[in-house]
Amino acid sequence: MGGQIKLTTPLSDKDLEKLKIGDKVLLTGVIYTGRDAAHKRLFDLIQQGKDLPMDIKGQVIYFVGPSPAKPGQAIGSAGPTTSYRMDAFSPKLIELGLKGMIGKGNRSPEVIEAMKKYKAVYFGATGGAGALIAKSIKKAEVVAYDDLGPEAIRRLEVEDFPVVVINDTKGNDLYVEGAKKYRKG
Amino acid sequence: MREISVNEIIPVIRNLCMDANYNLGEDVLDAFDRGIEKDESPVAKEVLKELKENARISREEQVPLCQDCGLAVLFVELGQDVHVTGGNLKEAINEGVRQGYKDGFLRKSACHPFTRKNTGDNTPAIIHYDIVAGDKIKITLAPKGGGSENMSRVTMLTPAMGIDGVKDFVVNRLKEAGSNPCPPTLVGIGIGGTFERSALLAKKALLRKIGTRNPDPEIAKLEKDVLGDINKLGIGPMGYGGNTTSLDVFIEMEPCHIASLPLAVNINCHSARHKEAVI
Repeated sequence: MGGQIKLTTPLSDKDLEKLKIGDKVLLTGVIYTGRDAAHKRLFDLIQQGKDLPMDIKGQVIYFVGPSPAKPGQAIGSAGPTTSYRMDAFSPKLIELGLKGMIGKGNRSPEVIEAMKKYKAVYFGATGGAGALIAKSIKKAEVVAYDDLGPEAIRRLEVEDFPVVVINDTKGNDLYVEGAKKYRKG
Repeated sequence: MREISVNEIIPVIRNLCMDANYNLGEDVLDAFDRGIEKDESPVAKEVLKELKENARISREEQVPLCQDCGLAVLFVELGQDVHVTGGNLKEAINEGVRQGYKDGFLRKSACHPFTRKNTGDNTPAIIHYDIVAGDKIKITLAPKGGGSENMSRVTMLTPAMGIDGVKDFVVNRLKEAGSNPCPPTLVGIGIGGTFERSALLAKKALLRKIGTRNPDPEIAKLEKDVLGDINKLGIGPMGYGGNTTSLDVFIEMEPCHIASLPLAVNINCHSARHKEAVI
């Protein structure tokens, strides 16, 4: 597996081309949250030809529905949710310029193909490490769909947010390669 | 007949919600340590260390281990000599859940199946009652996350498929689930009963501590064999590759119909949260 790389958002094609599966990446800058319900709304806006609540060019979407922040916290626990539920929506967002997604679990062949075609990557964050991950989120504010509660779209300011490259821009998949390496019998 | 007021029950449930979401069991932490020591993959070791660190932060700062604080699943063993006073037991349990999730800054994840509108307070709780001997109430709360629940299955095997059929189905389920249920997982298996009974057995099996075996030697062996086979899949922690895909396998078994072999596989993520209290 590769080394540790620091990247600042928004991400460029040049940033992404050098990434390989298994690389540990520390992200700094702004990322946006979104999960099932928010993705559905974004997708509906695109279908209707309307503007999105944020510019997604070069951006990263983190599939997360955080727990409520305690007084004094920027955000509650904030680990990734399972990504396949966003598979129906991701290719369109990638086509519109989305450069990164953070989640956990397998993506569909369509999403992997879109990442190859338009140069985007899928990062994994450690599922269930919500208390630890929250430490790298310095600020959180709702930018759209407040009515969705934990599923609202939030703008996060992150510092050295730890992720691993699961799918790179070449179509490789850490889940496939990792299991192959340690499978027995 | 012993009288227990709902006012005594509500705060117990409230505290269980927070306790379960903040304080990971020692058995799980010990299993992380064994993985850190034995897993062949350096990445697996790193992930397991992160999970240990996460549990430490959660315990020290009293914040949820995972943002998915689960649906509140409760097993209630109600002594037949108990008389609940001052209200309704089901409402008291839901009130305890309501208070626990609000006061504990826990995420509310209960919603309408189609409109997806959140109920706002994580109720209704999923409550399983058992009437038992005695004059006490034992309550076990096991918050259950959606990611691993989505990877769980019930199937009706033919009796001829037997033990090998069970083994194949479970191992394939874990293989197909891959990285989705947040490995390293705990696997609860219910064999026998009816369709719904097998699922309940699988859920109940997840309440056991890591390392405890089914008292039937044949089933205890099956637990170990299935665990061994799962850990040969190579999936590893978070699916990044490794030998620690599941931390343990628990089987509960009951007689079934002569025509059937019901089988349920309930997968739990490494946030294997369950706490109990006796009133």
